[in-house]
Amino acid sequence: MSGAFFAVDNIGIRFGGVVAVDGVSFSVDKGECFTIIGPNGAGKTTIFNLIGLIYPATSGTITFEGKVLNGLPPHRVAAQGIARTFQNIELFEHASVLQNLLIGRHRHRRTGLWEELLFLPSVRRAEIEMREAVEEVIEFLDLAKYRDSVVAGLPYGVRKVVELARALATKPKLLLLDEPSSGLNPEETDDMAFWIEDIKKVLGITVLMVEHDMNLVSRVSDRVLALNEGKPIAEGTPAEVQSHPAVVEAYLGGAEQVS
Amino acid sequence: MRFIFKTSYEQDIRLFKHGGQVFWYALLALLLVSAPWWTSEYVMSQLQFILIYAIVGFGLMMLVGFTGQISLGHAAFLAVGAYTEALMQAAGVPFVVSISCSALFAGVVGIIVGLPALRLKGIYLAIATIAFNVIIEEIVTRWDSLTGGNSGKHLKAIDLFGWKMESDGQFFAVCLVLAVLACLACVNLLRSPTGRAFVAIRDSEISASCMGVNLAWYKTLAFAFSAALTGVAGALYAHKVSFISPEQFTLLVSIELVTIVILGGVGFLHGAVLGSAFLIVLPQLISIAKDYLPAGLAPSGLQAVVFGSVLVAFIIFEPLGLYGRWLKVRTWFELFPFYRRGMFRRQRTYTKSERLR
Repeated sequence: MSGAFFAVDNIGIRFGGVVAVDGVSFSVDKGECFTIIGPNGAGKTTIFNLIGLIYPATSGTITFEGKVLNGLPPHRVAAQGIARTFQNIELFEHASVLQNLLIGRHRHRRTGLWEELLFLPSVRRAEIEMREAVEEVIEFLDLAKYRDSVVAGLPYGVRKVVELARALATKPKLLLLDEPSSGLNPEETDDMAFWIEDIKKVLGITVLMVEHDMNLVSRVSDRVLALNEGKPIAEGTPAEVQSHPAVVEAYLGGAEQVS
Repeated sequence: MRFIFKTSYEQDIRLFKHGGQVFWYALLALLLVSAPWWTSEYVMSQLQFILIYAIVGFGLMMLVGFTGQISLGHAAFLAVGAYTEALMQAAGVPFVVSISCSALFAGVVGIIVGLPALRLKGIYLAIATIAFNVIIEEIVTRWDSLTGGNSGKHLKAIDLFGWKMESDGQFFAVCLVLAVLACLACVNLLRSPTGRAFVAIRDSEISASCMGVNLAWYKTLAFAFSAALTGVAGALYAHKVSFISPEQFTLLVSIELVTIVILGGVGFLHGAVLGSAFLIVLPQLISIAKDYLPAGLAPSGLQAVVFGSVLVAFIIFEPLGLYGRWLKVRTWFELFPFYRRGMFRRQRTYTKSERLR
């Protein structure tokens, strides 16, 4: 497993008596789109929070480019080149879209506190460089007309894209998307699928995604892992997983219950 | 209405966005610089107070308005600044050094107070800072040998490289220069990565940390910066009143300082200035009003009642404060006759991942 781009090995976490994630292992290859699916409460988002080190894992290791992430503080994860979006959108509500994306560049900052207090020419140059990088993302995701709008006033669908843009602004190597299509209408979901494909193919960013919409999953994912009650039940191509008996059972119930 | 045609990214990080701003700020600067020649001694003194409180306002605005950390203990930083200045002046330290030390010590104390902020949020942080305020007040009262206890400390006029700042105008100039520098420091921070990290922490800690913002570092920094500015203001305050004693730095003063931020408009640097002007002018208005009120209607506690009601009224009717009100008025004129009532209303979101905090 040590050669894998990103690997999660036998990871688990328990909250009191509840075992939320139990012995999940998978590895993601560079440049692919790997999706985790599963019924509600299967532990998908918890895995993301474990990867983001927001929760300390009870067991197991997370390795990224051969480096073990466990034990790092959460803000160091971003420095490794991992960015994420949230299921319920966690944008900086009272800042403009542009400022949100500039915060995405935070891990690339080079200026120190004293320079910034005086706003020396070096800070001015660094700011303009950051702005140029952010403008590339704005162009890529077609957000130009919202550039100066305050996030709190934007519709849900646009915020979802802004959040994706903010994650991209960090120039990640691995992008974690937590339900990118939740709350989007079919048309917006279609756009999202298009962008995820583009992120994978054009930008060459590896995508790890949690998603419910099977159309989107089968359109963009290379491999799928199905979870149920914190345990992996099937792994393979989208078609394989979809027709896997254990997956069908997890979603629809077992044969004996049907009769 | 003004449309700014943007041709470079540099335009967005400029200090002044357009010629109009340059004009109005230049006019303001001219008025302030010439103030000693055309105002009365009384107005001069009020202006000094406004500038001193504006510096506290800037510091508190950075902390409360931009980093989203509440502090009800800023009078303690004011005290640290004031006593540092008083003691250092008594020891014969030059003003430039002593006021820097006021900022430095207050900043260091700010770091210590910032430590609980790493774990506490909202109301609990407010309680912790209240406790801190009481502790400092108590230390200042009891440590007789250093602070003079309840008999307080006297200060002489500022001595700037042998140049005594005895007249009102000279002291006003010192206040003005420091207030402008404080304001510039805040503006500079806000247009650079540090300021954005503050705003990120205010709006969503979880996603700030996922963007690589070191929460502990930036929260502590916000406290230190805010405290340092308050320390500078404390030193000026000490010179202004020329006598300091513990009862000038009570919890009530801390609440007044927070009032500056809330009345002025949380999240706007202009608000700090407007709020402090309001805080200084209101008591004067009240005492003028008292002369015209029948004796029974002007109790001694009138000021506290008016302050309290004004604060409550602002929180209910104008949460954006005085500056927010000004923005609305300006927009009304700019868009006339197309202004709508709901234009500044923001959609509330209930979907934040509180459980992750």
